[in-house]
Amino acid sequence: MIPELGHFALILALLTSLVLAAAPFTGATRRDPRWMAVAPSAAAGLFVLHLVALACLGWSFATNDFSVRYVATNSNVLLPLHYRLGAVWGGHEGSLLLWSFILSGWTLAVAARSRGLPREVSARVLSVLGFITAGFVCFMLFTSNPFARLVPAALAGRDLNPLLQDIGLIIHPPVLYMGYVGLAVPFAFAVAALAEGRVDTAWTRWTRPWTTVAWTFLTLGIAGGSWWAYYELGWGGWWFWDPVENASFVPWLVATALIHSLAVAEKRDTFKAWTVLLAISGFSLSLLGTFIVRSGVLVSVHAFASDPARGVFVLAFLGVVVGGALALYAWRAGRMAGGGRFAVFSRETMLLANNVLLTAAAATVLLGTLYPLLMDSLGLGQISVGRPYFDRVFVPLMVPLAILIAAGMFARWKRDRPQRVARLLGVVLVGAVLGGIAVALLARSAAAALGAGLAFWIVCSTLRAVAQRVRRPSDLVRLPHAFVGMSLAHLGFAATLAGVCFVSALEVERIVPLSPGDSAHVAGYEFHFQGVRDVAGPNYRARRAEIEVTRGGRPVSRLEPEKRTYASQSQPMTEAAIDPGLTRDLYAALGEPLGDGAWSVRLHYKPFVRWIWLGAVLMAVGGLLAAADRRYRRRVPTAGDDPLLTLLGERPPMPAPEPEHAARPLRT
Amino acid sequence: MLITAMVAGLGVATGLAVLAIGENMLWFFTPSQLLADQPPPGNRIRLGGLVVEGSVRRRPGDLEVRFDLSDRAAAVTVAFRGLLPDLFREGQGIVALGRLDADGVLQAEEVLAKHDETYMPPEIAESIGEAKVAERAAAAERKP
Repeated sequence: MIPELGHFALILALLTSLVLAAAPFTGATRRDPRWMAVAPSAAAGLFVLHLVALACLGWSFATNDFSVRYVATNSNVLLPLHYRLGAVWGGHEGSLLLWSFILSGWTLAVAARSRGLPREVSARVLSVLGFITAGFVCFMLFTSNPFARLVPAALAGRDLNPLLQDIGLIIHPPVLYMGYVGLAVPFAFAVAALAEGRVDTAWTRWTRPWTTVAWTFLTLGIAGGSWWAYYELGWGGWWFWDPVENASFVPWLVATALIHSLAVAEKRDTFKAWTVLLAISGFSLSLLGTFIVRSGVLVSVHAFASDPARGVFVLAFLGVVVGGALALYAWRAGRMAGGGRFAVFSRETMLLANNVLLTAAAATVLLGTLYPLLMDSLGLGQISVGRPYFDRVFVPLMVPLAILIAAGMFARWKRDRPQRVARLLGVVLVGAVLGGIAVALLARSAAAALGAGLAFWIVCSTLRAVAQRVRRPSDLVRLPHAFVGMSLAHLGFAATLAGVCFVSALEVERIVPLSPGDSAHVAGYEFHFQGVRDVAGPNYRARRAEIEVTRGGRPVSRLEPEKRTYASQSQPMTEAAIDPGLTRDLYAALGEPLGDGAWSVRLHYKPFVRWIWLGAVLMAVGGLLAAADRRYRRRVPTAGDDPLLTLLGERPPMPAPEPEHAARPLRT
Repeated sequence: MLITAMVAGLGVATGLAVLAIGENMLWFFTPSQLLADQPPPGNRIRLGGLVVEGSVRRRPGDLEVRFDLSDRAAAVTVAFRGLLPDLFREGQGIVALGRLDADGVLQAEEVLAKHDETYMPPEIAESIGEAKVAERAAAAERKP
């Protein structure tokens, strides 16, 4: 009964989303407020229906209803309750439901916060979001229904993939999808603006906080996935250039470019057509990523069992959404020309370079991901493009990007003199070079020194920029949120950059055969292998090793890596043991028994690996702060103040942006 | 103007990327293709097949493991020093990445198995059907 209720809620959600897709848009075109007034209630209804569907699926998992095929495939009576609830999105059908649910959440958020928007704009934005929701609910209902029954019902269920039985499953997909799907909001704003035929600073001001929040979630989601893979897969790697990782990383790169180009569009009223194109591309790439992951064209850790009908559906939907948006763009973008002029040396140019580098990075990663698929589908042979390719094309793009960050923060809008910026950055350069040399001497590695130099460069210049604005300590709390957010995000980028360079250049990995009583030496640490014993978990048995770690005779840690066998599956699972630290992780994974109590063991010393994720957290905090900036929250004296305007359904336009930088006289 | 600059930048990046792909791509072989083509030793390749039952051997106390990969028509020996993935078992489909040595043994740097009990790499599933073997062997000859 409950699953049917969920199924019914989904069908109602499809109908509601179709209404939302059609009515407000038509209303906006005909300037008919009655049609447009449908939007907020439809958005709310859509969210509630999705919530009901999700709750029904959760209920089926909680009560072990194995007559539901999806539950039978992804759960087991022995599975603990919190994993059973996480398993709601542990497979293909449920993760689509989560996708669609989160989209309805974003739609509701836009509807709730759209009071400052002209009614036509909010109607069109909500319609576009409704259309996308309709596509995904269709996809679920026609190809991947999570509520499909299994006759006869299963007795115990096949169990959730053991790799997914982890706290990461409960956190990672919702956060990542918040980001992935959140890019639909700037996309909808872009399509609404194209339909309206107008992109102005008010438009960028509405779009900016949504983009920043979506980007924040995407950042956390990607970093969380990297962290999860690091400790769960037992390979000791934190990024594999796996197609599914790339599928979320490419939209991230584009969203990062979008955040920066929106800044130019808001402050200087230029880059408008480009910004709209980026907003369209960001979500299009999210959809493309969904296609790659869901259609089963790829083989990876994330790919679920495939079905050709699904691939065709997603591809067709992708064609309609992306093709439609791009056609609209081609038709209307010409009207958006113009805006503020700027000199060759100016902040606009710096941000332009930022955009070129980020989109080029996105293009190369995308190419490396799609090329093998393309080759195979054209019958040109089966190839794969691995880490060497990505390292080779990605690193050269990130180095100038890191250098530009500093220059971009100091250069003025419109026009600046290179000498002025050079003078400001002189001290910073000295700091960066000294830092790089110090690391080169300590670590004896060129890559680590380069990473450290670039990180110091960004950190020093950010501090310099803060110092420029702060005369007294009390000024610190008065800095605009947007500026503090930007500074934190740049510091986070520096931390991630340093972490990546250090761990890549300085990590030590050893694979050793160890008998009880043996020791291995890795990077100044001694690993003493005590032996392996059997332990039992709730739904698995494990062989657990004990490894005492000492340094110079003093105890440091005790690592207990496991080899687990789950009751429902015959395959063993490696559970790595990690001793985390701010400056280094120690990592141990069990291999195979070699006889006589001896095992092959893999030991890693990973310096500064945590900085990669801490940096991402800093970026995310920066993003949230920037999105919470005062100027996005300021209420225009709207409808409520003027009864006549309320009656007519008219709202006064948003005021022009603060001339924050533009008003500063140029010293030439 | 702006869009032109962007497109030019992307074009250059894409061109460089295609070059980089050309240098870094790994061709996939099945054991029969490998024996038929004889790619020069030293090239990095990927080899896919089923682990032959009873072929996994290890000298006591040594980390190196050797096993045979087969597509039911031919078999190639793979040597690997490292930890095998959890799903590595006899009869399981796996992919090994490495270089051929002078004796025709693939010295693997990496051994991959999919994290799913019922999984078989599509490349292997395909080649075991033998239907496409000839077609793709011809395609493989076109490689640089």
